[in-house]
Amino acid sequence: MSIVEKRGWRGVPLGATIPEPGTSALYKTGAWRTFKPVIDQGKCVKCLICWIYCPDAAIKRKDGEVEIDYEYCKGCGICAAECPVKAIRMEEE
Amino acid sequence: MKAMAKRIGLTGNEAIAYAAKQCDVDVVSAYPITPQTIIVEKYSEYVADGEVDTELVNVESEHSALSACIGASLTGARVFTATASQGLALMHEVLYIASGLRCPIVMGIANRALSAPLNIHGDHSDMMGSRDCGWIQIFAENAQEAYDWTIQAFRLSEDPGVLLPSCVNIDGFIISHSMEGVEVLEDGAVRAFLPPRSDARTIDPERPSTIGPVALPDYYFEFKRQQAEAMRKVPPVLEKVCREFEKASGRGYGKFQSYGMRDAKTAIVCMGSAAGTARHVAKALRGRGERVGMVKLWLYRPFPADELARELEGLRSVVVMDRAISFGAPFGPLCSDVIGAVHGKLPKLKILNAIYGLGGRDVTTRDMEALYRDGLRAAGAKALRAPVKYVGVRD
Repeated sequence: MSIVEKRGWRGVPLGATIPEPGTSALYKTGAWRTFKPVIDQGKCVKCLICWIYCPDAAIKRKDGEVEIDYEYCKGCGICAAECPVKAIRMEEE
Repeated sequence: MKAMAKRIGLTGNEAIAYAAKQCDVDVVSAYPITPQTIIVEKYSEYVADGEVDTELVNVESEHSALSACIGASLTGARVFTATASQGLALMHEVLYIASGLRCPIVMGIANRALSAPLNIHGDHSDMMGSRDCGWIQIFAENAQEAYDWTIQAFRLSEDPGVLLPSCVNIDGFIISHSMEGVEVLEDGAVRAFLPPRSDARTIDPERPSTIGPVALPDYYFEFKRQQAEAMRKVPPVLEKVCREFEKASGRGYGKFQSYGMRDAKTAIVCMGSAAGTARHVAKALRGRGERVGMVKLWLYRPFPADELARELEGLRSVVVMDRAISFGAPFGPLCSDVIGAVHGKLPKLKILNAIYGLGGRDVTTRDMEALYRDGLRAAGAKALRAPVKYVGVRD
């Protein structure tokens, strides 16, 4: 089942059960964001404290760099507050 | 074919426990509360004596009891519980979760007044406070009906086209603690009438699923609309279940039961034990030539609106009896439902509302006769004044 395609009441599963696992990945929450964290790769020391603190698992490591997954980041700002070298700033969307 | 039956002395509570025993229930989770306690107490004796193969889950509150029932029901188990009054009130939020998750749980309720002031006796305030919870709601007049409806409720709830929880209501003390002769079926006849649950919706580690997820404004409404549709499917299934139960027991049930309605000018509409008193008085009045009748509702939710409107068609007036107050509402809850049922269909029907029996106050044959007189007067009157009357309260 896709939760992206919105079904009518006759087609939704009984009792709101989601009949297959892992479907929360289909539910993009990036649009909830008001402020967006932006990493200054020059300042970043790759300590990954932001990765530990992110409540949405929206911090990714790619090719040795730290990246933010904007499809799921809700813009809470915890990463920016916890970054020990102030490499993350919050920008209004 | 009518199975071999025996007649034994049972209170209303014991009748419900006995029925649950014969229904091969897998899990019971409940918390004791007067006047329901004996249902679960009796059931725990069956467990202790090895008469049933049931997991009895003792918990610290009714909120937890129904929560445990939901978990068990989702695994495909047949689940039973019971409560009353404050216990039902404490279950309130969980009632909606049981129906929203489409768990076919059956619950016995020994209806009791709600605090404050504290009162342990019978009225319908508890059920009426939760009447919108999405459960099938049945009211029994006596211990026999409580027994019969408990068995039928499992079949109804577990029907794959329904999958909604049911509750069987009995008036606290008046029915729950009065012993009557109850004709019970053989265990085998109940098993034949009530096969194991057949719906495939069970928890299975091989097929992971998410139960009870959040549904935001983009989905919540669709699930509630689907639930309303499930309620709408109950009446035809109920008719089928009642027909089959009649074959097994010789006792026929339906959405309501009428007396004297063929030629009645006025009638009482009520639920629960008051129906016996109303029928007794109607019979006496009819013996004196008065054209009075009575309708006892068995099925309160879903409300049999169309059928009831047809049943009341020949009347000039009706007296609807409510054993609960809907504070601030224009009428008691049952009367509001009756008015909704006849709206646009019976514009000339004069409708009176009698609030009675709160906190276990007796409703006597004299009260009942006075209500019939009110109904007969209203039948001939041009206009009605003060249609809500409090019966049996001191001024």
